[in-house]
Amino acid sequence: MPLSVIETQTIAPFDVATVRAQFPLLRRTVYDNRPLVYLDSAATSQKPQCVIDAIVDYYTQHNSNVHRSAHALSTEATVMFEDGRRTVASFLNASRPEEIIFTRGTTEAINLIAQTWGHMHVRTGDVVLLTEMEHHANIVPWQMLCERVGASIRTIPVDERGVLSIDAINEIQNVKVLALTHVSNTLGTINDVKSLCSWARSRGIVTVVDGAQAISHIKADVQDIGCDFYAFSGHKLYGPTGIGVLYGRYALLDAMPPYQGGGSMISTVSFEQTTYNDVPVRFEAGTPNIEGVVALAAAIRWFSSFDLGALAEHEQMLLARTSDGLSTIDGLRVIGTAPHKIGIVSFVVEGVHAADIGALVDRQGVAIRVGHHCNMPLMQCYGLTSTARASFAMYTSEHDVDQLLMATNKAVRMLR
Amino acid sequence: MTPQETIRAIEEEFQLQNSWEDRYEHIIAVGRGLPVFPEVFRTEVFKVKGCQAQVWLHPSFDGKCIHFEADSDATIVKGLLALLMRVYNHRTPAEVLATEPSFIEVIGLHEHLSQNRTNGLFSMLKQVKMYAAAYQAVARMGASA
Repeated sequence: MPLSVIETQTIAPFDVATVRAQFPLLRRTVYDNRPLVYLDSAATSQKPQCVIDAIVDYYTQHNSNVHRSAHALSTEATVMFEDGRRTVASFLNASRPEEIIFTRGTTEAINLIAQTWGHMHVRTGDVVLLTEMEHHANIVPWQMLCERVGASIRTIPVDERGVLSIDAINEIQNVKVLALTHVSNTLGTINDVKSLCSWARSRGIVTVVDGAQAISHIKADVQDIGCDFYAFSGHKLYGPTGIGVLYGRYALLDAMPPYQGGGSMISTVSFEQTTYNDVPVRFEAGTPNIEGVVALAAAIRWFSSFDLGALAEHEQMLLARTSDGLSTIDGLRVIGTAPHKIGIVSFVVEGVHAADIGALVDRQGVAIRVGHHCNMPLMQCYGLTSTARASFAMYTSEHDVDQLLMATNKAVRMLR
Repeated sequence: MTPQETIRAIEEEFQLQNSWEDRYEHIIAVGRGLPVFPEVFRTEVFKVKGCQAQVWLHPSFDGKCIHFEADSDATIVKGLLALLMRVYNHRTPAEVLATEPSFIEVIGLHEHLSQNRTNGLFSMLKQVKMYAAAYQAVARMGASA
């Protein structure tokens, strides 16, 4: 099958009301019949009906194990599963479907790289280069690797606006791998991953891009970015939880040792010796998350039917509305003011704890996140322990933003 | 007042608060009344793990009752702490261990009772009970020595 599953879709004009109508959960209320205002999409996005239907359809019509049994259902399930792989490959513009490995999520994808490629190639004295804005999922797996092999971690600093300061990057020696996020989950900053990957490639440094936050907002074209690995989670892309993707350049994947042992990932097994299967199943031991792959493919097809440019415009309008509204609150400071950012607004209010704001806006039906956002080193850079964070998705409306502003104003009034 | 009598008093107090705004404003006011926390105890050792806000809880035991000093950098958490202190402070380990915080639900703040890691109340209560269990063990060892 050609890798054109997505390009053939028709592009629908963007209308937030039409989008919202496809998300059943957005119709519910919380507490005393307050309409839910969901502004925590960076933690996880809600699911459109077509994704929910894909899961139900899989279990009511096609459920069977993949790659194993010799019967009609198993063939159907295997075709659906491998179609899912092709859909993801096409979505990321990978060279071939075998470059797509299914994982539980971004976290497992990064652990997989650190434990296989990392363990094979990173040696004593080598440097793993990260940025100060990495999520713990792109720090801890590398720390565990470094401890094991005697390598060390260096970081690219973040300036006051939340932009990477790359001035001193050439002074860092012995870099084996650069692992960085495409978009910051706390600041919303879009990093110039293309330039950084190009810099890395010219020095023989392998690149890992954490696409968890970027994937539902900006184009992730792995060939254009020029990265060696790219990881994302299904649940932040309107798909289900428990399914994620690791893209890896085929030549690198092919030379990598297995990750976990078990069924599927083998060619032959005897008690004396086991030979391993080819990429990608070498990295997919055991029965995979079949309905997760099927529903993720449904989410990608749905998402790809929208024009990313129109989405970005909508999001920038919401960002401006939020920043303008918040700026009228005395003592409020937005954390993350990079010129290029997605719809994430982190803020702190002088003399008021983010947890208190979170609790009081929640009581008004507005769901935001408060805390360190799995970004403790970044929080330290800003001298903070937590922020309040509102994050947008395709279904976020101006009304949602206005509710946030009203709720935040009221919370601050009550707390002062 | 016994712990149960205190709980009833708190429940009655909150019955007077009709709206969620009133309940939270009352919580905030209660928190502001918490005694000043001794700075010497504001250390990692006395920090309650698993809270969104920073929470400090310092226990001491006079052989009969446990005495707590508590503080938080967040206003609502501090209010919840103040309520917990009214119920659990200056009690015997047995009283602390036998008293469940069901009143939190009765007073309409059940959203703070979940095991969600962002909510401090569960962690604070766990810590209070852990200290009580430890002091009960200490008291028993003392009695049998």
